[in-house]
Amino acid sequence: MTTPLIDLQGVSKRYGDGPAALDDLTLTVQPGEAVAVLGPSGSGKSTLLNLIAGLDRPTEGAVTVDGVRVDRLSEAGSALYRRERIGIVFQFFNLLDDLSVLDNVLLPAQLAGVPRNRARARAAELLSYLGIDRHARAYPGRLSGGERQRVAVARALMNRPSLLLADEPTGALDTASGAEVRELLSELNKDGQTVVLVTHDLALARSCATRTIELIDGRMADRMADR
Amino acid sequence: MSGGLGRVVRIGVGRRRVQTVVVTLTALLAVTASVLAVGLLVASSAPFRRAFDAQRGAHLIAEFDAASVSTATLAQTAKAVGVTASAGPFATVSLRPRTVSVKPDPGAPFQLEPGLDLPPMTIVGRADAGGDVDQLVLTAGRWATAPGEMVLAAGGVPFSVGDTFSFPGAPGNPTVTVVGIARSIGSSALAWVTPAQLTALTGPDTPLTYQMMYRFARADTDADITADRATIAAAVPAKALLGTSSYLTVKHEAERTAGTFAPFVVAFGVLGLVMSVLIIGIVVGGAVSSSTRRIGILKALGYTPAQVTRAYVAQALVPSAIGAAIGVVLGNLAAVPVLAEEGDAFTTGVPRLAPWVSVVVPLATLLVVAVTAAVPALRAGRLRTVDAIAVGRTPAVGRGRRARRILGRLPVARPVSLGLGNPFTRPTRSAMIAAAVALGALGVTFGTGLAASLSAIQAGLNLRNAGDVIVRQVLSVGPDGQVRVGPGQPKPVRAGTGPDPAVESAIAKQSGTRRYFTTTEVQVTVSGLSDETQAIGFDGDSSWGSYQVLNGRWFSGTGEAVVPTAFLAATGLRVGDPLTLTNDGHTVQLRIVGEVLDLSNDGRRVMTTAASLSGLAATPGPVDYHIQVQPGTTMASYVDSLNATLRPLNAEAEVNVGEISSIVVAMDTLTGTLTLLLVAVAGLGVLNTVVLDTRERVHDLGVFKALGMSPRQTVAMVLTSVGVTGLVAGLIGVPAGIAVHDWILPAMGRAAGTGVPAVDLDVYHLPVLVPLLFGGLVIAIAGALLPAGWAAGTRTARALRTE
Repeated sequence: MTTPLIDLQGVSKRYGDGPAALDDLTLTVQPGEAVAVLGPSGSGKSTLLNLIAGLDRPTEGAVTVDGVRVDRLSEAGSALYRRERIGIVFQFFNLLDDLSVLDNVLLPAQLAGVPRNRARARAAELLSYLGIDRHARAYPGRLSGGERQRVAVARALMNRPSLLLADEPTGALDTASGAEVRELLSELNKDGQTVVLVTHDLALARSCATRTIELIDGRMADRMADR
Repeated sequence: MSGGLGRVVRIGVGRRRVQTVVVTLTALLAVTASVLAVGLLVASSAPFRRAFDAQRGAHLIAEFDAASVSTATLAQTAKAVGVTASAGPFATVSLRPRTVSVKPDPGAPFQLEPGLDLPPMTIVGRADAGGDVDQLVLTAGRWATAPGEMVLAAGGVPFSVGDTFSFPGAPGNPTVTVVGIARSIGSSALAWVTPAQLTALTGPDTPLTYQMMYRFARADTDADITADRATIAAAVPAKALLGTSSYLTVKHEAERTAGTFAPFVVAFGVLGLVMSVLIIGIVVGGAVSSSTRRIGILKALGYTPAQVTRAYVAQALVPSAIGAAIGVVLGNLAAVPVLAEEGDAFTTGVPRLAPWVSVVVPLATLLVVAVTAAVPALRAGRLRTVDAIAVGRTPAVGRGRRARRILGRLPVARPVSLGLGNPFTRPTRSAMIAAAVALGALGVTFGTGLAASLSAIQAGLNLRNAGDVIVRQVLSVGPDGQVRVGPGQPKPVRAGTGPDPAVESAIAKQSGTRRYFTTTEVQVTVSGLSDETQAIGFDGDSSWGSYQVLNGRWFSGTGEAVVPTAFLAATGLRVGDPLTLTNDGHTVQLRIVGEVLDLSNDGRRVMTTAASLSGLAATPGPVDYHIQVQPGTTMASYVDSLNATLRPLNAEAEVNVGEISSIVVAMDTLTGTLTLLLVAVAGLGVLNTVVLDTRERVHDLGVFKALGMSPRQTVAMVLTSVGVTGLVAGLIGVPAGIAVHDWILPAMGRAAGTGVPAVDLDVYHLPVLVPLLFGGLVIAIAGALLPAGWAAGTRTARALRTE
């Protein structure tokens, strides 16, 4: 058995005195897997993603990703961790509207101090691969939802992350665009990219995921399915 | 305000804690600065007139021969035509005191030993400090109520309560103790005792005079005073009136002093007020503008635009009112030491901050707050509700894209280029910040230059008494009134027969002496000047002790002279013109070769070589020996050793510590206080803007952090976003500050009756200029540090949830 890429042990997250967003969760993800996290609203799906990405800290438990104890990282440490190991795709794209498509995609590499030419070459490669190279100088506001999500995927893949996290990647897209993104994520996983995606979209989960898990009230449901 | 709206206001004030604190602080600083500035402006305008009216100063102080007129007759002069009030007659004597014990004063240039005979002082017998005319203001201690007690005039003598003197010239050589220090706006006397004490000081041979003080219905001009004097003289026997003193002389001097303050107080005052209005506009206007979405939501709930406007004006007024109230207290407290310095400088006593300033300034500030809150609130209130919600939700995009694209190509770290592009997305806000920082940099530059120039001018004025050590002849006055060199000489020795060769030899032979020159003074008359002029004769090489030259050069030989600016103004002469000095029928012709910095004696001074004055055949005054010591000489041992040699020669050496003008001290205090306030207000403006900006862009910050921007990179981005603006603003503010300095200093000099030497204006040397040029950057960075830290510490997940 290979060392899991993601290892959550007894992870809980509470906000104030309310019920736990995650409650004593234990989960492992192997390299190359595509895991879909399903569950109703408020089940803790996004919280799980935030903890894995180091965007938030658990109240209890240990979060280890690619050998790094994410829950113990400082702010600076978690920024470095995300730069080097994580790519994130958000539901509402979270592109910076004042930067061009190319500048949006270049950002992670620039923050990591990647030399200019190398970063531009990688960006060109990704934009071409994703079929949006003609939009390099355009601003996100002029693109369709599907195109914007492709830009977000390109940005997420800039630093060749070991883990791609996607939070409702098709949630804000129309049917056709959603299908494009589903196919894209499936292709990436077939190429070896480890993917964890949070979704309501059963079609997405069925087409992309090698494994699905379901969260209910912050706990793993008994029902889990492998493709 | 209805309960619901009141709740909206209270919640708005409570939830936006940072903004509420910033608005409170802004109002506090703005009111503090404005109370100080306006209060000083008011206090600096006609300070003498206000103090004179408050203390019912005497328009005319008259001295009468007690042997020629009775007190009853003098009392009747109070009814003379034109007299509106009078005080007296007060018995008066002139006696020379001798020190018995004087408390050491660490700040004084010299200490008074016991047994020292001092110049004669006019002593008036007066039962109390009040009266219809010349109400005295006690600045220390109490009034004299018993024999053996004396009150001294403030500012005239370096004594304090508890010091004791004897009067060898009075019957029984009585000893008196100083029980109080008082200020007379008309300088009516140097000392006061009880009437009984005065009688005890008056021997059978002591000339007794009476002092009367008058206020007249018409006393605005010299002609009025002359007419009033004639009225009084006509009311007493011939030759009874010995002399008079007009208040206009004192008024003129006080107003000249006040006039030197006016340009610089106006400059700082205007700066402070403009800055305050600007920063309130930035802070309050920005706070309301950032609430556009909230306003839209309130309208969606049914609030009318007028109700919304009222709510937001109230939301701005609540913390502003608190800040303004505290600011009034702080402004009054800050004014106390500054006005005290100013009062010393004006010799008018401590002026009070006009009460109306503490009412008008905070009200005006709250009015500015209300207007700057109402304008954006009304604008948002008039938007369609959906637009208001959308405008507030969606940050304005499109502005500054080209600039960001160009800046993104710079070979600098990405967070830096992102920060550089930020000002272009909010150009109006950036411009207002730049204006605030520029004004702050202007204020710092002006204040720094002013302090340096005043210090240089003070040093220049101190050249009147050049030298590290000054040797003076010890003088005393014998019973016959003759001035003698040395105490207790049995027969009169003509004071001042030129430099004493024995003293010169002692100085030359003293180890540590580098060089010296002597000065002596002769009273002369100059055509066109009604009063006598001091002619200072220099003997020896005085080039190292020359006064600061404004025009021309220092004299270099016989027949050449230099004069102050006021002398040229009074006589109509110019550098290069001939000058005739006259004394007792003898004249000498000189040529003016230079205009120098000298404010003493109202400019009625001429500096030349002693040889140039020999043709006057005048009796020169005492000789001063101005000594420059070798570098590294220990002053105390030099002076002690020299004095051991000089004492038998009736001369004494003392270390020259120079003078510190109370005007310069007052200006330095005021400059420092106002500059600090200006910088604080500018920094607060930057802080508020960065807080607003960070809050508006918190979602973008979350995205950056999610992509891997570290806290340090976040701080760099935020600081860069204001740093360049601050740097550019500083580069504008500094030259502007220099220009203000170069405009104000000569104006102050003109008010004081002198030009300002170029060397005293040229104070912005590189070691001063370079830090100043970065001053704008420093102000901007200082204001942005706190919000940069907050931005770096924002939880990424929470930031991403914010829209």
